[in-house]
Amino acid sequence: MIARLSQRAVLYFLLVIALIVVVFPLAWVVSSSFKPGDEVFAFPPSLLPEEPRIENFVELLTEYPFARWLANSFFVAIGVTALSLLFHSMAGYALARLEFPGRNLLFLIIMSTYMLPIYAILVPRFLVVKQLGWLDSYQGLIIPSVFHAFGIFAFRQFFLGIPRELEDAALIDGASRIRIFFEIVLPLSRAIFLTLGVIFFIANWDSFIWPLIITRSENLWVAQVGIASFRDPQITFWEYVVAGSTLTIIPSLALFLALQRFIVRGIATTGIRG
Amino acid sequence: MRNDNSYGSEGVTQSEERTGWAMAALTERTRLTALRGKIWPKSAQEREQRVLGYLFLLPDLIGLGVFWIAPMIFLFYISLHEWSALSPTTYVGLQNFAELMRDDIWWKSLRVTVVYMAAFVPLVVIVPLALAVILNTKIRGRNVFRTGFFVPFVIPMVIAAVAWAFMLDPGFGVVNHFLRQILQLPLIRELGWKLPGQMWLASRTQALPVVIFVGVWKFVGFYMIIFLAGLQDIPAEYYEAGMIDGASSWRLFRDITIPLLRPVIMFVLLIAAFRAFQVFDQVYVMTSGGPFYATHTVMYFIYLKGFRFFRFGYAAAASVVLFAIILVFTLAQIRLVGLGESR
Repeated sequence: MIARLSQRAVLYFLLVIALIVVVFPLAWVVSSSFKPGDEVFAFPPSLLPEEPRIENFVELLTEYPFARWLANSFFVAIGVTALSLLFHSMAGYALARLEFPGRNLLFLIIMSTYMLPIYAILVPRFLVVKQLGWLDSYQGLIIPSVFHAFGIFAFRQFFLGIPRELEDAALIDGASRIRIFFEIVLPLSRAIFLTLGVIFFIANWDSFIWPLIITRSENLWVAQVGIASFRDPQITFWEYVVAGSTLTIIPSLALFLALQRFIVRGIATTGIRG
Repeated sequence: MRNDNSYGSEGVTQSEERTGWAMAALTERTRLTALRGKIWPKSAQEREQRVLGYLFLLPDLIGLGVFWIAPMIFLFYISLHEWSALSPTTYVGLQNFAELMRDDIWWKSLRVTVVYMAAFVPLVVIVPLALAVILNTKIRGRNVFRTGFFVPFVIPMVIAAVAWAFMLDPGFGVVNHFLRQILQLPLIRELGWKLPGQMWLASRTQALPVVIFVGVWKFVGFYMIIFLAGLQDIPAEYYEAGMIDGASSWRLFRDITIPLLRPVIMFVLLIAAFRAFQVFDQVYVMTSGGPFYATHTVMYFIYLKGFRFFRFGYAAAASVVLFAIILVFTLAQIRLVGLGESR
């Protein structure tokens, strides 16, 4: 009994240590962002700011277009998510329910792109986007990220699970397929839209290399590119790095806490592709 | 089984051998009607399905074609050219690949990536699996732990990387501060350990472990969730039966959990390796590939050649090799251990 209890205590101790290691960096960044410049670099560091100041944020938002960068991050992630949900639900429905010649072949072609490593085709994709004249533009930031087999596949699997009888009844009543899709199938699919929507959003909220290579003008940077620009090999503007990070962490956390259930379910059921 | 709608030439010769001319003409006519029906179906519902089917697939087909399939084919073409933003494009055959084989930095990048993968993949299987098994029991506060471990996943990698770089700064970093504090604790001080300030990202030996650590830190919770979902699919009766037989918890884990979780473990191995081969963000933000190429990954190599020096042909050649390695690796893994059946 005592052995079991002490085993338990050790387990707890390790879990708590691990939790601190996992959560502390975020707390530390947020705490540091409220310190004045010289306190950020003080050694030994103070755990909490001696007197909280917001000058880092004020400078970040007035001397740099950080508000714009953050807005770009949102705009791009939301844009990609919305278009992905629209196109992939349509394609998924076509593959799951509609009958037309070549359907299986098209499905195979779509799934063949599933295992392609995205980074390995970065160079040609960049050149394609360049050819389209989309470098340094919102289209260039958004459109290429919309398409991926994972979303199509996830929707197809979901639609296959909806009982066919519901649609058949409406068909007999003379409803058109397109009406059935919008008025019967979509209302039944709220959960998958929310689940996949959250997953698409997080994946794009995290994107870095693509915005980095295709945007040149500062006005089009996303928050991550902006923050990375404060970290130069020679000198790092830590006070802006931590302030900008705080402003990016807060919406991430808010979104996470609000939608945790859907994120967890989404990963558990589909296993997001990275 | 022969389908009347199919217009295979094999079917035509076979039936012509069997039947007379008249018969053949007759079947030919029905076949033609069937064929016409296939191209332009009679029923309005069939027609609608067909039109809508193609229409609904069109955006994704165009998108996948333009941003996945075309680049994939284009990649090989570019890799055979001297292709830069500045000079005209010329065909050079396999010269880019030959240069790659002689490029010391390329070999270093490859080595770093392999080391990264060899450390990252086992870590994101073992640690999240252990956490999932612990947090799948009725331990007090398990929801707090689950939420806490999962938080880093929603934080962009760039932010995670700068946060750790900030804490690991050799000069004012809080980690060095904590290490010193720990050495000052009463009992530990007696041991007389000396610990000079660690250099972390500025150290040739520590930089790569730190970069790996940050990757693990961000994804522990993500893989934990996948394992938790897998664990919850295992029927509780199996464990109950095992416990009646008096099996220890280690035996239960080894003989029930591991075999039943095998498909999930394989899935995690696959996606983790996929991610490890393409690691970039931490390197860009934390070390710029240094010090002395200690963290120079393949993806960072491709980025530098392609988007700093604008040598697209050379970067494409490196991408082809990366692609080939990932492909061989993935196929080998599927071949050796099989794909998870449930996924």
